[in-house]
Amino acid sequence: MNVTTHPEIAEFDALSGPAGQTRGRALQAVFWVLLIGFVLVAPFMLYPVFVMQLLCFALFACAFNLLIGFTGLLSFGHAAFFGGAAYITGYALTAWGVPPIPGILLGAVFSAALGYVVGALAIRRQGIYFAMITLALAQIVYFFALQLPFTGGENGLQGIPRGHLLGFIDLNQTLNMYYFVAAVFMVGFLIIYRIIHSPFGQVLQAIRENEPRALSLGYNTDRYKLMAFVLSATLAGVAGSTKSIVFQFASLTDAHWQMSGEVILMTLLGGLGTIFGPVVGAFIVVALQQFLSGIGSWVQVVIGATFIACVLLFRRGVVGELARWLKVDSL
Amino acid sequence: MKAITKLCATAAMVAFSATGALAAGGISNGVVKIGVLGDMSGVYSTGFSGPGAVAAVKMAVRDFGGKVLGKPIEVISADHQNKADVASSIARKWIDEDHVDMIADLTNSAVALAVQKLASDKHVITMATGAATSALTGKECTKYGIHYGYDTHALPVGTATAIVKNGGKSWYFITADYAFGHALQNNTAAVVKSLGGKVLGSSDVPLGTNDFSSYLLQAQASGAQVIGLANAGQDTVNAIKQAHEFGIVQGGQQLAGMLVLISDVKSLGTDVAKGLQFTSAWYWNQDAASRKWMKEYEKFSNGAAPTFPHAADYSLTMAYLKAIKAAGTDNADAVRAELGKMKINDFFAKGGYIRQDGLLIHDMYLLKVQKPKDGPWDVAKVVRTIPGKDAYFTLAQGGCPLVK
Repeated sequence: MNVTTHPEIAEFDALSGPAGQTRGRALQAVFWVLLIGFVLVAPFMLYPVFVMQLLCFALFACAFNLLIGFTGLLSFGHAAFFGGAAYITGYALTAWGVPPIPGILLGAVFSAALGYVVGALAIRRQGIYFAMITLALAQIVYFFALQLPFTGGENGLQGIPRGHLLGFIDLNQTLNMYYFVAAVFMVGFLIIYRIIHSPFGQVLQAIRENEPRALSLGYNTDRYKLMAFVLSATLAGVAGSTKSIVFQFASLTDAHWQMSGEVILMTLLGGLGTIFGPVVGAFIVVALQQFLSGIGSWVQVVIGATFIACVLLFRRGVVGELARWLKVDSL
Repeated sequence: MKAITKLCATAAMVAFSATGALAAGGISNGVVKIGVLGDMSGVYSTGFSGPGAVAAVKMAVRDFGGKVLGKPIEVISADHQNKADVASSIARKWIDEDHVDMIADLTNSAVALAVQKLASDKHVITMATGAATSALTGKECTKYGIHYGYDTHALPVGTATAIVKNGGKSWYFITADYAFGHALQNNTAAVVKSLGGKVLGSSDVPLGTNDFSSYLLQAQASGAQVIGLANAGQDTVNAIKQAHEFGIVQGGQQLAGMLVLISDVKSLGTDVAKGLQFTSAWYWNQDAASRKWMKEYEKFSNGAAPTFPHAADYSLTMAYLKAIKAAGTDNADAVRAELGKMKINDFFAKGGYIRQDGLLIHDMYLLKVQKPKDGPWDVAKVVRTIPGKDAYFTLAQGGCPLVK
């Protein structure tokens, strides 16, 4: 049997060969420079609040990608972690006067705990059943957000104070707030990068590729999956908490199932299982929502058309296709 | 020499302060910008907000003459997609970069509360029409926030008062199970009880329920004279449709909608919604001025019929522009003071005035669904006019922190 008759294998060889790896590293460096450069100068070129919104969603999408892209688990309930943490942080800041950083940590702890419960239940099933369980549990969280007295029901939690960072940096100043958000995003992004490139991340990718084989090699795949789920939920919570401080409110939109759908869209558009893809995807979706808001009812049509175009023309997403075109294995 | 320098300095100072005063007195940036921030594509885009609201504001600007104090008036609009974060970031950009002077519409309570708060921090007037929550002028009231048209207190109270006075003493509620639905039910039940009626029971229905049969059967079995629908939008439409299938109205019970638009009735058909009573802030066939406005609006918006929030959008734009003219500036403090002083009496707001907490007080109307007589949109008739002071909560009841 001739190996070259199998295009997948030929491609695999090309991608993971030493040349591909070197090129990959160089390209990653380029992307890192671009990303850091963008984060540093963006508030002077674009509207800062818009960029903050972008960074929050980018972190959310990256956290989600950790689960779907690197572990192969499609969660349809990530809005629960994003929105839930937003409410917790919002309430802590408003009612207890907690400073921003402990507030975000509280939100993260909440979403980690919630992620543990949801994850522990959901990883017992696979594929569509996994997605349905996460969706169902996320809907429970949504209805809690709708009903509990402290969330303000459909009015949302309003007027969250931004407060002072470390007691002396006034976050009501737009630039201070911006660089705080940028720092949170970079830390979150680095954590995800580190996880992906750790031995733990390698095991996750092994589970994604072939779970029975990972199991037969002696890995307790359930524990790895649960750990990945909790990590992803925690980081999604950090994104939600930060967003609630930026916008000074937490609303039902954050916990609604459509938000779970949106984050899937972002990740798919940018590139599933790529490092920088979700950031690009979040940029596309948030920018479309923002800049097309003037054209009225066509926003949804344009976003839908973009998604269809993505599925038909570049299935690996923007960054995924780019990586393939440049013949590098990870970007 | 020193004297001359001093003189020059003084002259310069006088000149500077004069230009400063001029800027404060005139129109900032040489244009009055009105931003219509609404739901252009979602569930509220046909009735409460949408292109119809933008058309109403633009028509008001046209009728005002397109200019105020010699400066042009510009209308911009955006779709907040019912997302408070999208709305908030559009509003921030409008205020910071586009120098929008007033934001109107703000359908969706979460959006309205978020934008009203943020706009007030930045000294910009907001005039919410589509949003229902009475918190806008209650606990969450702000210095520059105005609620124009209706709220979760005025609508049910108007309906309940009229129905109880007409003999509908015993009530059963079908309530959307979240804060909005409970607010509607509590406000209505309070009125029913205060007028000597009684509440026989209620069913809490999850938001977005399609099957109302078990709730309707309970309501039917309760023997109540009136079934109050403390919900909105698709929930109300579904409930009314199924009540028709169960023959509830034919069985002698009355249906009372707490938040119904004529566009809902139109989509249901007057046969299905027959006998339904609901309160509206305005009805196009209530008098000659309203009919005339309706005709003009249909011409202006290529045949689309207006709902009461659209009429409110027109009315508030007029009021806002008149206030700028009277104040001689578009400075938010001066315009808000002027809005508080003026009487608003047009086809929409009868005997209207804006209270200190930002709430527009004006007459409301109890409507009853009937077979159309004057064209396809004549789906109801005005049964009773409810004076503004009876419909809205008092300053003390609202609990606005600005009111002392």
